[in-house]
Amino acid sequence: MELLVLLVAPLLAAVALGFVGDRKFAPEINILGSALTFLAGLVLALKVYYGGPMLAGGKFFFVDAFNVYLCVLTSFVSMTTAIFSRRYMRREREHGSVGHWGMRFYHAMFQLFIFAMLLCLLTNNVGVLWIAMELATLSTVLLVSLYRTPRAIEAAWKYFILCGVGIAQALFGTVLLYFAAEKVLGEGGEALLWTNLSRVSGSLEPTVMSLAFVFLMVGYGTKVGLVPLHNWLPDAHSEGPTPVSAVLSGLLLNIALYALVRCKTLVDGSTGTHFAGNIMMGFGLLSILVAAFSLLRQKDIKRMFSYSSIEHMGITTFAFGLGTPLATFGGLLHMLVHSLAKSSIFFTVGHVSQMHQTQDMDRIRGIIKGSPLVGWGLMIGVMAIIGMPPFGVFTSEFLILTATIKDAPFLTPFLLVGLGVAFAALLRRVQPMVFGDAPSYQKTLKVAHMPVLLHIVLVLAIGVYLPDFLSLWFHKAVELMK
Amino acid sequence: MQIAAQIIGFLAALVLLTAFGMLVQRRMTALIHLFAWQGLFLSISTAVVGFMAGQRHLYISSLLTLSLKVILLPYILHVLVRRLRIHREIETVVNVPLTMLIGVALVIFSYHLTAPVRELSTLVTRSVLPIALATVLIGLLMMITRRHAVTQIIGFLAMENGLFFAATSATYGMPLVVELGVALDVLIAAFIFGIFFFHIHTSFDSLNVEQMARLKEGD
Repeated sequence: MELLVLLVAPLLAAVALGFVGDRKFAPEINILGSALTFLAGLVLALKVYYGGPMLAGGKFFFVDAFNVYLCVLTSFVSMTTAIFSRRYMRREREHGSVGHWGMRFYHAMFQLFIFAMLLCLLTNNVGVLWIAMELATLSTVLLVSLYRTPRAIEAAWKYFILCGVGIAQALFGTVLLYFAAEKVLGEGGEALLWTNLSRVSGSLEPTVMSLAFVFLMVGYGTKVGLVPLHNWLPDAHSEGPTPVSAVLSGLLLNIALYALVRCKTLVDGSTGTHFAGNIMMGFGLLSILVAAFSLLRQKDIKRMFSYSSIEHMGITTFAFGLGTPLATFGGLLHMLVHSLAKSSIFFTVGHVSQMHQTQDMDRIRGIIKGSPLVGWGLMIGVMAIIGMPPFGVFTSEFLILTATIKDAPFLTPFLLVGLGVAFAALLRRVQPMVFGDAPSYQKTLKVAHMPVLLHIVLVLAIGVYLPDFLSLWFHKAVELMK
Repeated sequence: MQIAAQIIGFLAALVLLTAFGMLVQRRMTALIHLFAWQGLFLSISTAVVGFMAGQRHLYISSLLTLSLKVILLPYILHVLVRRLRIHREIETVVNVPLTMLIGVALVIFSYHLTAPVRELSTLVTRSVLPIALATVLIGLLMMITRRHAVTQIIGFLAMENGLFFAATSATYGMPLVVELGVALDVLIAAFIFGIFFFHIHTSFDSLNVEQMARLKEGD
């Protein structure tokens, strides 16, 4: 029931918003729809927490500890983003960046995107997972080009082509996966069901599975934004509207990684070696290093934070690749806190760029003079994302680092260099923006502080004290991924 | 059985041939026609596989391919190309011999890569799998070497053809729900690139994506 609400609410909201269009109450419907989704997500989580993993809809849906926590996270962040985007998009509309049709389109596609992500998470069918992932890409492509500037169109085209090509590789991987599964499970839909596959993963043909994983890695890795497949990511994040950047960075990357990790457990079960894990560790480490050094030379504020997203997805991929219980636990926690912290940063960045009418970091100064809450929001958000204690990102990065020292000590220096460079680069850039004198063109705006505060408080709370239910949950998920 | 396998092999060769043709075809209209031909060969071969293996659901996929890739998408492309007045446009293709050679190398590479799968497979269609992968890779190569938005999209759709072919030849097709979903995604993608062509055309005055060079690192 709650599963049905979880999927139908965003879909209905998308249809409704398509009709409502640019009317005054459209943002409120958007918020209402996502709030309903979030509630359904919570109820589902409680049910799974007490009742254990469950199958639904004739084995079509499958919920366990791993995906249900991502469901709650996805629906929560999309709700706060909807709240944030109410004022933000209204201002963009007044400013003339988007027209009547743009607004209609924005709201409908936002909800469709949430639907696609939730379908990705909940489906039990590896093929449907691919379809939903493609749908998530397609629904955001035109959101990235919403402003219709040449730059935005270029970014969206790049996003469309690169992710389209990437995801095509993942489909080939899925075909190979089906080929291997069919031998064991027989023909038909049953052979693509995740629950069946994980049961028989030991008897899947290892060579085919390894080949499949290479394709899946390239495919879903493109969507995760792993170096060297990351080219679309900074462009799409910097040129799209800020609420879209927030959900792309905070949610979509997580979902793609989720798909990858699911496939990895199958391949590991089949080959019995650390083949898939090693590939993921390699990609992850490369992403951390390249992104950290790219952070240093950024001029555009949203672009800089999108590189930070690449870095953090690299850390998480690395952790899942390492695959020890400690590392996986750290990876799961990192997904959660990065998503919360990064979306809150994008919210404040949206405010900041509206205050200064630019995304150029050299022209953004003295935010704290114009709007103390926005200034502190950005500063604290950045403190959280670079891994300062007592925020949650520190906890997760510390766990991952500990696991690395324990099981792959020779990789620790690389990891530390990446983290250190990212730390320095972000702090160096953000400090003069937040403090310093306010330029004359700075405007003060009425903004929604609630989403930012909520996210920061949550990241802080998780860093100080990880609630029992959450750690129990992660432990269960770690068990699943062994 | 023998005859059916030969028919499938023949059709696979035709699919590969059209893929190579698209790789170097300079005229827009001819390119779209080639794409339609490829879809047609694909559709026939799917139907033949379905008939031979007694897989009913492959008839549905065959019809799906026929309506989508042979009729609807080429039609949409034709309309777009005419509306945007680029149907007479001739794209400069650089270094045809080299591109062809890379294409040949890709085919050999596909044979090498899919060798373990072919050994394991008992299906009559197993010899077709490397050609399917080669079609995917040639589509990719086309997207890399060509600079026109329409050509890139055709390359993308040719990749999709190759994937579909791979599914048919490796496993007698994916489960129906997956195939329908993939077709739906392709359809949505078609509408999106349609919209895109207009956007690109109005803001760049041409569909040559080489002009898109505003977003760069370290400027």
